[in-house]
Amino acid sequence: MAEEKTVAAAAPAAKPKKKPVSPGVLALRKVVDDVYAEARAAKERGELVGWSSSKFPCELAEAFDLHIMYPENQAAGIAANRYGELLCQAAEDLGYDNDICGYARISLAYAAGKRASRKYDPATGEYIIDPSTGKPLKDADGNVVIDPETGKPKKDPKTQTPYIVLDDINEIWAMPDGPEKERRLEAIAPIKQMQIPMPDFVLCCNNICNCMTKWYENIARMHNIPLVMIDIPYNNSVHVDDSYVAYIRGQFDNAIKQLEQISGKKFDQKKFEHACANANRTAQAWLKVCDYLQYKPAPYSGFDLFNHMADVVTARGKVAAAEAFEQLAVDLEAAVKAGESTTPFPEKYRVMFEGIPCWPKLPALFKPLKANGVNVTAVVYAPAFGFVYDDYDGMVRAYCKAPNSVCIEQGVDWREGICRDNKVDGVLVHYNRSCKPWSGYMAEMQRRFTADLGIPCAGFDGDQADPRNFNQAQYETRVQGLVEAMEANKAAKEEA
Amino acid sequence: METIYTLGIDVGSTASKCIILANGKEIVAKSLVDVGAGTTGPQRAIDQVLQAAGLKREQIAYVLATGYGRNSLMEGFADKQMSELSCHAKGAYFLFPEVHTVIDIGGQDVKVLHIDNGMMTSFQMNDKCAAGTGRFLDVMARVLEVKVADLGALGAQSTKHVGISSTCTVFAESEVISQLAAGTDKCDIINGIHHSVAGRVGGLARRVGIQDMVVMTGGVAQNQGIVTALEEELGHKIHTSPLTQYNGALGAALFAWGKCAK
Repeated sequence: MAEEKTVAAAAPAAKPKKKPVSPGVLALRKVVDDVYAEARAAKERGELVGWSSSKFPCELAEAFDLHIMYPENQAAGIAANRYGELLCQAAEDLGYDNDICGYARISLAYAAGKRASRKYDPATGEYIIDPSTGKPLKDADGNVVIDPETGKPKKDPKTQTPYIVLDDINEIWAMPDGPEKERRLEAIAPIKQMQIPMPDFVLCCNNICNCMTKWYENIARMHNIPLVMIDIPYNNSVHVDDSYVAYIRGQFDNAIKQLEQISGKKFDQKKFEHACANANRTAQAWLKVCDYLQYKPAPYSGFDLFNHMADVVTARGKVAAAEAFEQLAVDLEAAVKAGESTTPFPEKYRVMFEGIPCWPKLPALFKPLKANGVNVTAVVYAPAFGFVYDDYDGMVRAYCKAPNSVCIEQGVDWREGICRDNKVDGVLVHYNRSCKPWSGYMAEMQRRFTADLGIPCAGFDGDQADPRNFNQAQYETRVQGLVEAMEANKAAKEEA
Repeated sequence: METIYTLGIDVGSTASKCIILANGKEIVAKSLVDVGAGTTGPQRAIDQVLQAAGLKREQIAYVLATGYGRNSLMEGFADKQMSELSCHAKGAYFLFPEVHTVIDIGGQDVKVLHIDNGMMTSFQMNDKCAAGTGRFLDVMARVLEVKVADLGALGAQSTKHVGISSTCTVFAESEVISQLAAGTDKCDIINGIHHSVAGRVGGLARRVGIQDMVVMTGGVAQNQGIVTALEEELGHKIHTSPLTQYNGALGAALFAWGKCAK
């Protein structure tokens, strides 16, 4: 999609009515829900369930029909549902330092049996509502209803949720069967990420994250289960040397032997090839979806792409994921033709959002962007999961190209390419306390973006999963500073 | 020609500052109250500046608010709000037209701005940490039982270097307590604190890239000890103005004038 993408249709109205969810998005939600449900059902049948890092070669596990869950997606979902702080704290109580990645802390706490649970009154069996939760109550005309006693907006009881407390699934499982056990099981937070089966083996590939190795080693020892490890060495050049391919191929071959032992099945070449074909097809469709952000105005936001990360990670090797992304691409094509966008405001500025979002603070992240007409039209994290290859060696090379296993030249090249293609006016950089390798090189990247692309950048402190590392007022000032710099930059370019 | 008055108000985390400009050039009045966002400070600063100018709100053509408390003035008083980043750039450019680098140390923020032809082209701010901010100096002054305003003069009497951590306010505080317990001269400790702040701010400034003329704004720029330590740290001459603490409010008043001129 190299050609200039501009649509003549007007930008969407300031406050459009909530649009129906597109068929592609619905299909993607089903794909992920099905993967989780099938894993739970498999566990109940006594079949094996594995946990995998997000860029472990899923094709290998697919060749054995293994059920796989993804702790990074799980942690993001838990964080987005506001249970991240509770589980991060639980991990810290287990002795894990709060400098460790928030995803790792959430995952390790979950692996140790810790669960977010709804607080209930043992006398009545009713959940105890947290009065600080909920959205303002609105009347039939859409106006906020004010409580005459307090002078503050009333809360809509339908949107209020119970207090959340920590529980321990191992303690619950050890209880004798009966109503109290049932009640505690029932009270566990009703999200699919809090219901994933415990692992029988773990699949770790450190291309996406350096902390991953110790994280998965901990889980393997905690549960006394096999660890399949694939080490992707850091690459200080853009080219992937043949010696790297040989080293990693050897590990792939060894992983196949380990999976044969774990599953008790022989490696099925046909299933493997089928999974590779599915993964390639999904990647192609995913990249096509990513490319729709190049249109001005964009038919959706980079935040939507972040939401679809769960789909591309969880089901990349499944044909259903490929079909759903292909449907989403069709939906986006139609949206572009109709001049529609999921972004609920006119697009005034376009920025690249660098890094993983602060999942527990998505509304706070979005608020000043919306207020200033800033659409996120470029993200790095998402297209990093769209890789296409031709053969086994090509697959090995593809797995070498993950954000934290490549050198800064490659990283800058990827980002500046996306910034140019997606026509951004500025860059908003998340200095993510959970990801030291990623945040570590951002200061130099920021300098290069401004020098090479002539666009302003702003950085803010935050965390992908631990809300304690984010400050809304600081964030808002930085976004506003970026907007004012983009405005001045645009004015100067127009004058020149 | 009728005089057009604009008012800039900078509601910071530790102080509220106002400036009234006539026709975007002449400072008619200014006020400063030593408490900021969430207090009575902003209203008191407004009352004082209007009284000093002999004006009423209705006679002010445009009011622009900046600083952490800027949004609190958007209901009923200010016409617009802008970030303190742009306002400090504007104010510094007004005072020093040759400026390319602005260093502002505020109560809880440190900002370094790069300016080309009066336009802010890039900036860096401190991370979620009080080290290197005005609050850091407040904490240290309290431990040392001296006034913040006296830190500069006391630090100038130092005769030997004392190293103080630049990574954490809490650890730095305990280091200062240890130095006091060991009988280290307060003036030497203060000088060490100034270099600690300069080290922290210098790192931020180098990220942006330091280009002369370098101007320091914000209340902390009144502390000559910090200015000198930063000059040593950066190897660049640093310029300050008697209006340094009002610089954000001045920039706001200038942007307000720009709105009237349009």
